[in-house]
Amino acid sequence: MAIFKPLSLDEMKAKTKVLRRHIVRMTTEAGSGHPSSSMSAVEMVTALFFGGFMQHDPAQPRWNNRDRFILSKGHAVPVLYAALAECGYFPVEELMTLRKLGSRLEGHPNMKRLDCIEASTGSLGQGLSVGIGHALACHMDGLSAHTYVMLGDGEMGEGQVWEALASAEKYKLANLTAIVDQNGYQQTGATKDVLKLTEFQPKIEAFGWHVQTINGNDIEQVIAALKIARSVKDRPTAIVSQTQKGFGILPILAPTGDLNYHGKPLSKELAEKALALLAD
Amino acid sequence: MTIGQAAGLKLGKAVRDAFGTALKELGNEFPTVVTVDGDVGNSTRTEVFAKAFPERGFNVGIAESNMVGVAAGLAAAGKIPVVSSFAAFLTCNAYDQIRMCVAYPHLNVKMVGSHAGISIGEDGASQMAIEDIALMSALPGVAVVVPADAPSTKHLVKGMLEHHGPVYLRCGRIDVPEIYGPDSVLTIGKANQLRDGKNLTIIANGLMVGIALDAAVALEAKGITARVLDLHTVSPIDQEAIVKAVKETGRLVVAEEHLPHGGVGSAVASVTAQLAPCPIEFVNIGNTYAESGDPEGLLKKYGLTAEAIVAAAEKVCSR
Repeated sequence: MAIFKPLSLDEMKAKTKVLRRHIVRMTTEAGSGHPSSSMSAVEMVTALFFGGFMQHDPAQPRWNNRDRFILSKGHAVPVLYAALAECGYFPVEELMTLRKLGSRLEGHPNMKRLDCIEASTGSLGQGLSVGIGHALACHMDGLSAHTYVMLGDGEMGEGQVWEALASAEKYKLANLTAIVDQNGYQQTGATKDVLKLTEFQPKIEAFGWHVQTINGNDIEQVIAALKIARSVKDRPTAIVSQTQKGFGILPILAPTGDLNYHGKPLSKELAEKALALLAD
Repeated sequence: MTIGQAAGLKLGKAVRDAFGTALKELGNEFPTVVTVDGDVGNSTRTEVFAKAFPERGFNVGIAESNMVGVAAGLAAAGKIPVVSSFAAFLTCNAYDQIRMCVAYPHLNVKMVGSHAGISIGEDGASQMAIEDIALMSALPGVAVVVPADAPSTKHLVKGMLEHHGPVYLRCGRIDVPEIYGPDSVLTIGKANQLRDGKNLTIIANGLMVGIALDAAVALEAKGITARVLDLHTVSPIDQEAIVKAVKETGRLVVAEEHLPHGGVGSAVASVTAQLAPCPIEFVNIGNTYAESGDPEGLLKKYGLTAEAIVAAAEKVCSR
């Protein structure tokens, strides 16, 4: 079964630029979408899909023992589509059909459209529960597969997430890793101003999980954290991945006066500037 | 008068009891079945299965939203999860999760809501699902099944596990009369004719089937013969049986333990409006929440009686 050969650190850094360019291009072409929410997660997604952490096979997307990645913060799906295309699940050119009528690349992940999508998401707070189902099934079947679920920090306001944290601990799901992409912003502003749910490490640790907090836009820290998460054998693990929304194109967003830039594509003009910034 | 007495039926087990027993009996035949419940397995009877197959029964605590999501993940990974709680909490508390994680991706999750309807009795309206059929029927691709008695439940539970895709099965709490024999065959999506008549057809499901049979006996004494159909599957609805009933009997009464809107009555009326317009009368709890009380008293107070069906039949025959 296909085990992707891990890219070198330099190759992964180059891949983060490739993914970011895809994100800019596809959302600007679509005229809508969430580029900044996608950008914050690029290093984590790159490390998972290209750093040797996820065992998966584009020729058999529903292979039983594949490692799973569930994007609970479904609005950030451009980063996932970019990674899946780069892995060979579908042609890179298809990225430009994002959000268009008839496209398989819907505005939020739809597992009925693409076999390589593990869960239909878009209503926040639900992905971790689905990940628990996957992890339980893999455990029952004696599979080694690991399930990763990425949540947003704003999404942590959903009560279901805390229900899920409790039940994963009950079943000691060491084959489950939750990643909180803590980019500090949600739709209407700074996450800390909406709900004071910002201190995730002690809160999740209180649920019995193994938790690490890292700079999630530093790919070396991401790789180190994923290695540790994989080595924990007695309980579920979480990585609080502190990131910046729009990381990689912040010099482009800063002059707009909006570092949140939630749910907005870059104009063609800004996109060109961003692509120049993200050039190899 | 107890339900089914006039029709000569003997009291059997509750649908929830038959569900738990059937699930356990089918456990070896369906090795991928697992149960996920929200700490009411002793009430919904998934506990019967979980005790027989402890490695396949999960209690995720009082957390219905998470419970449905976990079931969706299990289904995506190839299991047949049977997720259960009180129907009110399953369908209302976790509706977004059912919509998003189960119905939208059309996953093979079996959702079982127990304690449906006002006949649960003393616990009161907060525990009584009276809108669950409307909610679940509104979701594209979800089969909605309401067994009338224990023997048919056994059959429909097997049908539910064999059916590919999401299914909602509604269970009542109290013991109900046995309508079907042990060898009865029921198919999901096909209504079952229990009695023939020429003046009208009474369409019912769940607890109301026994009551409809009692009403048919009372109507016969008045010279009105009624066909009785058990419409155990609300969605997908058996259009053929409904149209046939209209063509052959001309009039319908639809009886259900549910609100007037969005339940069996609405579903049947939608079929007849399009394919076979005819006079219809509806028997249901009315546009209200019920209250605490003994089941028999509640059924009487909220109009779910043979007398109410008889009155509706006489009215529809006069139209």
